[in-house]
Amino acid sequence: MDTSIKVLIVDDFATMRRILKNILKQLGFKNLVEADDGTTAWDILENQEIDLIISDWNMPKMTGLELLKKVRADSKYAKKPFLMVTAEAQKQNVIEAVQAGVSNYVVKPFTAEAISDKLSKILR
Amino acid sequence: MDVTLINPFINATLSVLETMAFITVTVGKPYVKKDNVAVGDVTGILGLTGVANGTIAVTFEEKCILAIVSNMFGETMETLNEDITDAVGELTNMISGQARKELEVIGKEFKAAIPSVVTGRNHSIRHYSEGPKIAIPFSTDGGDFTIEVCFER
Repeated sequence: MDTSIKVLIVDDFATMRRILKNILKQLGFKNLVEADDGTTAWDILENQEIDLIISDWNMPKMTGLELLKKVRADSKYAKKPFLMVTAEAQKQNVIEAVQAGVSNYVVKPFTAEAISDKLSKILR
Repeated sequence: MDVTLINPFINATLSVLETMAFITVTVGKPYVKKDNVAVGDVTGILGLTGVANGTIAVTFEEKCILAIVSNMFGETMETLNEDITDAVGELTNMISGQARKELEVIGKEFKAAIPSVVTGRNHSIRHYSEGPKIAIPFSTDGGDFTIEVCFER
């Protein structure tokens, strides 16, 4: 797993961004940027070279699902790995995310091992 | 109130705190709460809509939430600040999500709003529906907390 890549963490809760940053740092990732909603995340995508997006679903302004659809609809970003990390765990949510092209899906609460496992799969 | 709505919130609370904060939680005996005064010092409240409309609230003693968030962050938290209120919002969000996943299995689907957080001694917890407020006390080595579940009659 290439840990030199630049990772964008998107979540409206600073708590979750902090937990994910801690886990990613433990895994060896150093190049981390963060956004508190989909709109800010999109601005970062437009201005920085992002290699991986890790996003919550339920956020104000632009949700994670809306961000995912926007990313997949734009040829510049369509192939970016996109990991959804969310408390939305109902079947319909997973189906919608898969249909929108999510690379993988982690349900909160999660362990560091679950994040590591999903990242290994989508970054290999 | 439909009692099958209660257990998923208990299971979700245990799962979230054990997974994210690495703590062992003991469940106490549920009771019907008569007033709106919070048992804890900081409370996350979240509205639910679906087969029934209602709210869940998770209210923590100060020392309890400081211990929980210290474990979540891997560093000692000493005061109730923005980091703590944000964490309470996210914990409430995760408990709601896990409970809704279990409720879906028994055919009860819900959607959740974004949680709000209230702090201060003796603050009020305002549930959005008029049904009975079922309180479930929990204890940890670091202190106590309570969840309240209230659905329309």
